Formats: sequence, C-alpha cells, structure tokens
Amino acid sequence: MRIPLGRKIVTYFLLSTAALLVFMPTLMAVVMSFMTNQDIMTGSFPSAFSLDNYRRAFEQFSLMHYVINSLFVSIIIMIGQLVLSSLAAYAFVFLEFKGRDFLFYLFIATMMVPFEASIIPNFHTIRDLGWIDQYTGLTVPFFAMAFGTFLLRQNFKQIPKELREASQIAGMGEVKFYLTVVLPVAKTSLITLGVYGFLTSWNMYLWPLLATTNDSVRTVQIGLRQLQSQEQMNDWGMIMSGAVIVIIPTLILLFLGQKKLQRGLTEGALK
Amino acid sequence: MSYIELTDITKSYHAGKNILEKINFTIEKGEFFVLVGPSGSGKSTLLRMIAGLENVTDGILKMNQKIVNHLPPKDRNLSMVFQNYALYPHLSVEQNILFGLQAKKVSKKEQKKRLKETAEMMGLSDFLDRKPRQLSGGQRQRVALARAVVSEAPLCLMDEPLSNLDAKLRAQMRVEIRRLQKQLGLTLIYVTHDQVEAMTMGDRIMVLNDGEIQQVGKPITLYNEPANLFVASFIGSPKMNIGKAEVKNTSCFLINNTLSFPVGPILQEALKEHKDIVVGIRPEHIQPTTHHEATHSLEVVNVEQLGNETTLAFDVDGELWTAKWPGQWDIMAGHQLKVYISEEHLSFFDAQTKQLVRPASFNSQEEVQAI
Repeated sequence: MRIPLGRKIVTYFLLSTAALLVFMPTLMAVVMSFMTNQDIMTGSFPSAFSLDNYRRAFEQFSLMHYVINSLFVSIIIMIGQLVLSSLAAYAFVFLEFKGRDFLFYLFIATMMVPFEASIIPNFHTIRDLGWIDQYTGLTVPFFAMAFGTFLLRQNFKQIPKELREASQIAGMGEVKFYLTVVLPVAKTSLITLGVYGFLTSWNMYLWPLLATTNDSVRTVQIGLRQLQSQEQMNDWGMIMSGAVIVIIPTLILLFLGQKKLQRGLTEGALK
Repeated sequence: MSYIELTDITKSYHAGKNILEKINFTIEKGEFFVLVGPSGSGKSTLLRMIAGLENVTDGILKMNQKIVNHLPPKDRNLSMVFQNYALYPHLSVEQNILFGLQAKKVSKKEQKKRLKETAEMMGLSDFLDRKPRQLSGGQRQRVALARAVVSEAPLCLMDEPLSNLDAKLRAQMRVEIRRLQKQLGLTLIYVTHDQVEAMTMGDRIMVLNDGEIQQVGKPITLYNEPANLFVASFIGSPKMNIGKAEVKNTSCFLINNTLSFPVGPILQEALKEHKDIVVGIRPEHIQPTTHHEATHSLEVVNVEQLGNETTLAFDVDGELWTAKWPGQWDIMAGHQLKVYISEEHLSFFDAQTKQLVRPASFNSQEEVQAI
C-alpha cells in the first residue's frame, strides 16, 4: 500500500514523539548514570562523562551481591516452572484419566486469581515453614504456573498422537517418551516460557520484599529501593547506574529472542 | 491353526452405540489381509484394537493361540505404520529407524547390522543423516516402512499408509509394500478406504461397513460374487451398475423400465422366494456389438477417452450407467448406441435384504475376450 507523503510525515512524527515520550525515563536514567553528581543536582546538561557512579555502585553498595541473588532466584524459578509446567502439560495431553478436562479448566481458572490475592496465605505458609530469608521462600511459591501449563499444553497438543502410539508399540514408557520426544519437539515453547519466567522473576518486587528481612538473600530490585533513603540526600547517579545494570538482562533477552518469544507466545493462541 | 483370531469382538465408547458389532475372523501366518470400507466404518478402530492402542469392549482377541486382550502393545510383537508416518521430527532418519530398537535394548552391533540391511533394502542409505522434513513424501513413507522392517516383528499393521502420496507414487509403493511383505514373510494387516489398493494388494479382503463385516474373501471372489449390494457397489471401478427389476409377464422382465430381458429358469426360481429383485451389471459387461447381435439400445450422455479404454455413460431411465470398452471408440455423446448385454452377466440381489441371490457368471470365453 502506498501512503501519501504528507500522511507519512505526520504518522512518523506522531510515532517518534510517542516513542521518545515512552523511552524518556529510561534514556534519562542511562544519561544520568554517566553524569557527575554535581551536574545532576544542578539540573544542567552533562559536562563530563564519568564511570564514577558504576564504580561506587559496586564498591559501596555491593550491587554484585544483589545481582547474584537475583540471578540465582530467577534461574531456580525458571527451572522449577519449566519442570512442573511441562509435566503437568504432559499429563493434560497424553494421559487419559477421568475428569481431565474439568481439572484443566479448574487449573487455568486460577489465572483469574491475581497474585496479590494469594500473597497473604502464601506468606503465612512460608513463615510457618520457616522459609523467611531463605532461597526456598523466594522461589518455591512460583513453581506452579497455570499460564505455563496452558502454553505448553497447547504446544504439546500439536504433537501428533501417533508419535505416542508409535513409541508405545516400540515399548517406550511415559517418562522416556516425555524426555526423548516431547521435550525436544517442544523446544521453542520451552525456551519462550523459560525467558518469560526468568524476566518475570527478575522483575519481581513485592514478594522478595515480604519474604526477606535482611540482605542475605535479597534480590536486586529491593536493593535498589534501599539506595533511596528518606533522611539523606539521594545519590541519584548511583541509583541510576544500578537501575541500568538491572535492565541489562531484560534487554539482552529481548533483543536476542524477540522474534522467538513473540512466536512462542502467540503460537498457542492462534490455533 | 490361525495366527490371529477375533471372536465376537465388539467396541463401543461411553456405553453408546457399538462402533464394531460382533466381529469374527481369522488371519493366517504370512497373509496379506486388507480391511477396507468407507470412512467411519470402524476399520481403523479394529486395527488399533489389534495393535493394543484401543481397549476391547467385548470379545476375545487371540494371537498365536494366546488371549492378548489386555496385553500392552509392546508385548504383542508387532510393528505399525501410520497414515502420517509418525516420524520423530527432531531425529535423523537413522535415529528414527533405530528408535524402537533402542527402546527394546537391542545391542549396538545388531542395531548397526539391521540398519545397514534395511536402509539398503529401502534405498535410504544416502538419507540417513537427514531430518524428516528434508525428505519428500515418498521418502518419509519409506522411513516409516523401514522402521517397521527393522523391528523384525512378524506382524505388521498399516493404517492407510499411502493416502498422503500422489497417485503415481502410490502405485509404485503398492508394489513395493507387496514385494516387501512376500520377501520377509510378514503377516500384514492393511487398512484402506481405497478399493483399488485392497484389490491389488490383498491376499484376502474384509469389507466393513457401519461396524459390520460385509464379506471376507479373495479379491476376485468379492468382485465376481459380492455377498450383498454394498460390496457390489464398493468393489470395482467404475462401480457396478444397479437397476430395479420389474417382471412384466411370465416371459420377460424390465430393468429401470427400459431394458427388457427374457425370464430364465433361474430367475423364475428366485422370484418365488424374493419379492423385489435388484439387478447389477459390471461396466465391462455392457459390451459393443462387434462379436454379438445387439440386444439393447442406450442413449450415450458422456464419453471418456483414456487411450487404452473408453468409458461410456448411459442414461437408463434417469440413472447413469457406465460401460468400459477396451480400446478406442469414436462415439459421440447424445447418440443412441447399440450394445450387447447378456442375461448371464446380471447379478441378482434381494431388494429388501440386499443379499445376493445369484451371481453373474464369468465363463472362460468372456475371460479370453477381456484379454
């Protein structure tokens, strides 16, 4: 379709403005993280390029400790979600039992319950288990994931039933079929779900705040929040450099897997 | 001593209507047995029950004199080829072929030996490293067959294995499967909806319709002596011409109010028992008048020139009848054509029970003429 030049200019102008507006906070954060404190406080344009903020973020504030905590927690949640979701999805697709569909609908109905609604019972549970300030308390509540099960179930459903039957005739058990056929065939969806789960847990804020009382297992998002203090003047340069480091994994994953992620997420929905 | 024995096999889902109703038949060792029927006739269900992929609702299924009703598929010592080939998309051809052997824990050396033999036999030696999606339809089909061959199971089940191939390839694979079966001495149960496949491949055919056995027999028996109207119209291409017979007086009867035939002694006998009679005649039995006196005159509505034969369509009181004449005939549609129809070639069926009353006689003189 050919668009007249006038309309093209207007359209692109509007798009660029909107993009700039949306991207502004991020851009400001990036620029500010390279500025000296003096420039930030006076509100002037950057006069010098400095990596000082980054150095201080790592040295004074032990950012690395928080990043490693976050990385560990996110990876554990991701693995837990992949294992549980794929096993549940396998059962919903390949095992036949009474009330299977009903159970599945009940399962995905839990997607309608927001996380915030279950946060208090979850908190009680992990407190009674003594999991406060532990990695288990940060990770285990997120292993069971209705969305992941749903996504993988849609994907597994596209695997022809004949593959299961062929392996039944060959004398292959359920577990071996799951490991050697289902998982490799559904690789794309597993990667999508893994990335999605990783990013979601990386960006988690409320739960780590509740489930931790000291710095030992705290994630980076909470750590960042602690940089802002009520009493003293905020060191904005350091806060911004911390924020930039926190968004890096998200950006890397998005740039690398944008196409795949999109395809994986919409695959089930389109069918 | 038959190899596979089905006694009163019945299948139903959720206690509803029976999909298969009291199926009884036996299959001998080394036999090529074809299950044929229109879609929804229950033929695939029956095959899957033999494979152990579906439960048997009622009846007894025996293999090698042993009841196997509740035996899981892997213990039935069989291989199966599926309509969509069921190749594992993430594995190479070699891994696909050896998949079953690995599950059965066959030694690596034995695997290698069998793989080499099978790949050579099926002409797959050059493709062993490829993935299934890099293969053509015919090659995928061969991989699926190779997987069945390599298992060395004495019984092989095939569920419409050729229906995804084009016509030319299908004809070629028909011959290959047949040859393979003879070469390996396999007992093969083959499901198809294509009567040409059934006729050309089977040692014996079972025609199934609505979950009931219509007829079991050799292909030529089914063609010459169809047990009922369903088999008569299902087997043979173009299909048998069917018309309603009406007795005018003691000396002659009319088919579809157009074609009159003298009433022979056999028909007189039959008419005493059966009230209404339906008559069938094979397309090749509506013959040109080169060797015979014309008996009837029919209006030609369509002519199909196939080069080696000519298919004619006639209008017989509103119904389309077809005739197949060998060779090339210069006939125009819309003309009246003189033809020869012998009363001997008519098959008679009871209109109520649809059962065969008298088959057409195929005497030797006609066979020679057909050649």
